[in-house]
Amino acid sequence: MAANYNFPDPSVIKEELINKYPAKVAKKRSKSIVINDPETIPEVQANVRTVPGIISQRGCSYAGCKGVVLGPTRDIVNITHGPIGCSFYSWLTRRNQTRPESPTDENFITYCFSTDMQEENIVFGGEKKLKVAIQEAYDLFHPKAIAIFSTCPVGLIGDDVHAAAREMKEKLGDCNVFGFSCEGYRGVSQSAGHHIANNGVFKHMVGRNNAPVEGKFKLNLLGEYNIGGDAFEIERIFEKCGITLVASFSGNSTVTAIENAHMADLNVILCHRSINYMGDMMETRYGIPWMKVNFVGAESSAKSLRKIAEYFGDAELTARIEAVIAEEAPKVKAIIDEIRPRTEGKTAMLFVGGSRAHHYQDLFSELGMTTIAAGYEFAHRDDYEGRHVLPNIKIDADSKNIEELKVTADPDLFNPRKSEAELEELKAKGVEINGYEGMMKQMESKSLVIDDVSHYESEKLIELYKPDIFCAGIKEKYVVQKMGVPLKQLHSYDYGGPYTGFEGAVNFYKDIDRMVNNPVWKLIKAPWEKAGTESLEATYGIS
Amino acid sequence: MLLRHTTKEVKEREGLTINPAKTCQPIGAMYAALGIHGCLPHSHGSQGCCSYHRSTLTRHYKEPVMAGTSSFTEGASVFGGQANLLQAIETIFSVYDPDIIAVHSTCLSETIGDDLQQITKKASDDGKIPEGKFVIYASTPSFIGSHITGYANMVAGMAEQFTVSTGEKKDQVNIVAGWMEPSDMREIKRVAKDLGVKIVLFPDTSDVLDAPQTGKHEFYPKGGVTIDELKSTGDSKCTLALGSISAEPGAIALDKKCKVPFETLDMPIGLSATDRFIMSLSKAGGVSVPAEITAERGRLVDVMADMEQYLYGKKVALFGDPDHLVPLTEFLLDLNMKPVHIVSGTPGMKFDKRMKEILERAPYANFKNGLNADMFLLHQWIKNEPVDLLIGNTYGKYIARDEDIPFVRYGFPILDRVGHSYFPSVGYTGGLRLVEKILNALLDRQDRDALEEKFELVM
Repeated sequence: MAANYNFPDPSVIKEELINKYPAKVAKKRSKSIVINDPETIPEVQANVRTVPGIISQRGCSYAGCKGVVLGPTRDIVNITHGPIGCSFYSWLTRRNQTRPESPTDENFITYCFSTDMQEENIVFGGEKKLKVAIQEAYDLFHPKAIAIFSTCPVGLIGDDVHAAAREMKEKLGDCNVFGFSCEGYRGVSQSAGHHIANNGVFKHMVGRNNAPVEGKFKLNLLGEYNIGGDAFEIERIFEKCGITLVASFSGNSTVTAIENAHMADLNVILCHRSINYMGDMMETRYGIPWMKVNFVGAESSAKSLRKIAEYFGDAELTARIEAVIAEEAPKVKAIIDEIRPRTEGKTAMLFVGGSRAHHYQDLFSELGMTTIAAGYEFAHRDDYEGRHVLPNIKIDADSKNIEELKVTADPDLFNPRKSEAELEELKAKGVEINGYEGMMKQMESKSLVIDDVSHYESEKLIELYKPDIFCAGIKEKYVVQKMGVPLKQLHSYDYGGPYTGFEGAVNFYKDIDRMVNNPVWKLIKAPWEKAGTESLEATYGIS
Repeated sequence: MLLRHTTKEVKEREGLTINPAKTCQPIGAMYAALGIHGCLPHSHGSQGCCSYHRSTLTRHYKEPVMAGTSSFTEGASVFGGQANLLQAIETIFSVYDPDIIAVHSTCLSETIGDDLQQITKKASDDGKIPEGKFVIYASTPSFIGSHITGYANMVAGMAEQFTVSTGEKKDQVNIVAGWMEPSDMREIKRVAKDLGVKIVLFPDTSDVLDAPQTGKHEFYPKGGVTIDELKSTGDSKCTLALGSISAEPGAIALDKKCKVPFETLDMPIGLSATDRFIMSLSKAGGVSVPAEITAERGRLVDVMADMEQYLYGKKVALFGDPDHLVPLTEFLLDLNMKPVHIVSGTPGMKFDKRMKEILERAPYANFKNGLNADMFLLHQWIKNEPVDLLIGNTYGKYIARDEDIPFVRYGFPILDRVGHSYFPSVGYTGGLRLVEKILNALLDRQDRDALEEKFELVM
C-alpha cells in the first residue's frame, strides 16, 4: 500500500462536514462519519434511514431487487407491476452484458415489461391486469420463467402478487411464475431489495433441477452481475484453470443454471452485500460452504484463485492455477510498470455500492494511489467492520420488515462438502470460510469512512482534500467534474470495462491513467482568466 | 438480434406494455422545476424515484441534476408522508439554501393521499419556510398520463402559485415552453430578441442544463426564469403556449388566475410550425418580421429545395412525445417524406385530434397513442411495412440495428450522443439542423450500400 500520503487532521474535517446541518441531523450524520483505525476498527452507523431532504446517492428496494439481482438473468421475463416509470428507468441502464449461446436462444434483457398501472387499477386493484399481462407475456414468448416486481403502490393497495403468480404458474403449467414484494419504500435503500431478491431466487429457483454437472471443481459465482463484461473475464480465467462454473448469480446467467446451482461444491462471493444471504442459505440447505473472493485487481484475482485452490486441495488444480497466474501476471506487470510512475502518490475517494468501494481500493493500491476516504451507499456494518459484528447489529424497524427465511437442511440434498475438521484446517491455513473482514481493516489510519455520504459532504470532501480522482455514480459524475476533478463511475464504469481479473486490471489502470492525466483539466481557465495574465490594455498600450 | 423475440404478427394487448414510449409524471415535473432560477426540485416519495429521475436526466444532459427526496420508508407509507416532507423542507433550506423548493408527488404519496397543498401550508404556518423563500408544488401521480403530463402539471403549478396581477399591464409576451431542450429555449429567446419582442419564457433550462465547465460546481446555475419574472407574467399582454399537451396547461392556469389571454401553438419544429410561431409572436408583440428572420427561413427552404430528391417518398417511423411528434410529422410531410408509423405512450384527446388533422395529408399512416402504444408495436409495424428512417429517443437504436434502418436521435431521453442540449431543433435554424441530420443519415446509408460503380462523389 502506498503510505506516502500525509493525512490532514481528520477530526477537523469531520467537523467541517457536519457543522452546517441542523443539530439533530448533525448528530445522526456524525455516527456515520468515522475516522478509521485499522487496528481497533471503530463502529460505523450504517443501513439506517437517510434524513429526508438530504441529497443521497441511494435508490430503492425495487432497484436492488429487479435492477441488481434479477435483471442480469437473460431468459426470465421480468414484469414490473406498477405505473410505467420504474420499468422504464431500469430498462438496460445497468449494462448487464449477456451472451446467449445461439442466435435463437432466449434473451429478454433488451426488453422492458410493465403492467403500466392506471388510476383505475390503483382504485380497483391491479391483480386482474397483472394476470392478463402474465398471460400475454406467456402467449408471446413462452419463457421458462416470469418474475413479477412490485412497485410502491402495489403493496399499498393490497395487490397480492404472490397469489397471482401461483395462480398463473398453475394455469400455464410449463412456466415458473413468481413474485417479489420489493416496493420501493421497503427498507432504507437498495439493500432491502437485494435481500428480498435472494429470498425469492432461493425459494423459487434454486434446487429445481437436480441434473448432475460434469467437472471436478464446481463452483457458483455469487454477486457478479457482468457489468461491462466482468463475468466474461472471470469465466475466461476459470475455464483456463479448469474450474467449472455451474451458475452465476446473476451476470450472464440462465434460469436453468440457477436452478442447478446446488450441484456446485463451493460458492464464491464477490459482492458480499447483495448476495451473502444466498451463500448462507445454500450452506444451510445443501451444505455448500461459501468464501469471499475479490476479482477486482490483478493481485486480488491471483489471491482469490489461490484460495479456491486451497479449498479444493487438489495438487493438479493448484499447479494449473499457478501456471495461469504465471502466464497472466507478466502481461499485467508490463502495463503497470509503464503506468505507475504517472499515478504514484495520487489520491482517490470511493463512495459507491455495497462492496465496490472496498474492492476497487486494491486496484488503486496497485497504481500506487492512496484511498483517503471511502464509504458505501447501501451497505451494513459487516461490510465495513467485518462479519464478526453480525451478532451485535441492532435490527431496527426498517430491517425487521424484511423477511428472514427459515432455512433447514434438505433431507435429500444436504451434503456437507467439507467436514468440520476440514473447515478448521482451511481456517488454519488462512482460508476463511463464510467470513468477510470488511473494508476498514484494509484502509489506512486517519482515512475517513463515511456511510451514505450526502451531496453536501462530497463537495466538502473534494474542497478540503482535492483528491485526484473521485469514484461514485452517474448522479455524482458531472457535479464532481464541474469541480475540476475526474469522476470514475463504478456502477457503469463510464461504459468501459471489464475491470475484473487480469485483463480488467489492465483496462482499469489505463482508464485511471487517462483520467487523472487528461490535459482537459488544465484547460478549464481561459487564458484571459489566468492570474498574472496581462490585460489587453497593457499589451496594446491602450489607455 | 437484439430484439429477437419481436414477432411480425400484431396481437392486441390489454395488460402488458413492452418497451414503453413514455415514462412517468415526476421526471417531467423535476425537469420543469430545474427551469426556475434557484430552485431545488423535490420528490415526495421513495428514494428510488428521485434517484431514477436524477440518473435519467443526468444521462441525457451530462450535467449535474440536483433534487431532494422525502425518503419514504414503510412507516411513512403507512402513517403518511407529512413528517418526512416537513423535515425535508427544513433540512433543504438549512443545508442547500434554495430560493424555491418545487415539490412534486409520486405514485406512492398519491396512493396514500398526501395533500401537498395542506403540507406546504403547514410548513409555512410552522415557520419552516424562511422569509422570502418559497415552496411550490404539483400533483404528479405516475399512474396518470406520462412524463409530459408531469411537466405540464409543474408548469401549471408555477403559473398558479407565482403569478400575480398588479393591474398594470406590461409590454411583454409570455411564452410557455413545452418540453424542449435548453438549446431550444435559448433559441426561442434569440428569435424573440431578433424580432424585437420582449418575452418571459418559462420554464427555462438554458444556462442550467448546459452549464459551462468553470472548475466550480454552481449548485444553482445562472439560468432559469426568476421569481420576479414569473410573478410578472400576470401583467403580460398575452401568452403563447408552445405545445397543446406540455405547455397549454400553464397558459390556462395563467389565464384563470390573472386573465392573461393565450394562444396555443404547435411547438415551432420545422418550417410550417415555425411560420405560425413567428406570425403569432410578431402579432402579439406588434412588430413586423425583420429581414434577418425572413432570410433564416429562406435558408431552410433553400436546403429543402436543393436536396428534395433524397427526401422524396422516404418512409419514416417515429416515436416520442406529442408536442414533438405533431410538428415533426408536419415537417416530414413538408419535406415530401412519408411518415408511415407513429407511436407515443402519452395519452390525450387534443393530441389525437391534432395528429389526425396533420395526418389528413398522410392517410396511409399508422398512428397510436396512449395505453399499449409502445415501441414493441412500432417495431411490429416496421416489420410489416419497412421504413427508410427511424426517428426517436436512444431506445430506438435497438430497432434500428436489428432492422438495419438509418436512425436519427430525437426526443427524450438521448443517452448515447451529445448535441441536443447545445444545438436547437426549434425555429428555422433548428429546422436546418433536423434536415441536416435526416440527410446525413440517409446519405451515409446510400454511400454505405452503393455498388462501387454507383458510388457518387457529388450528392
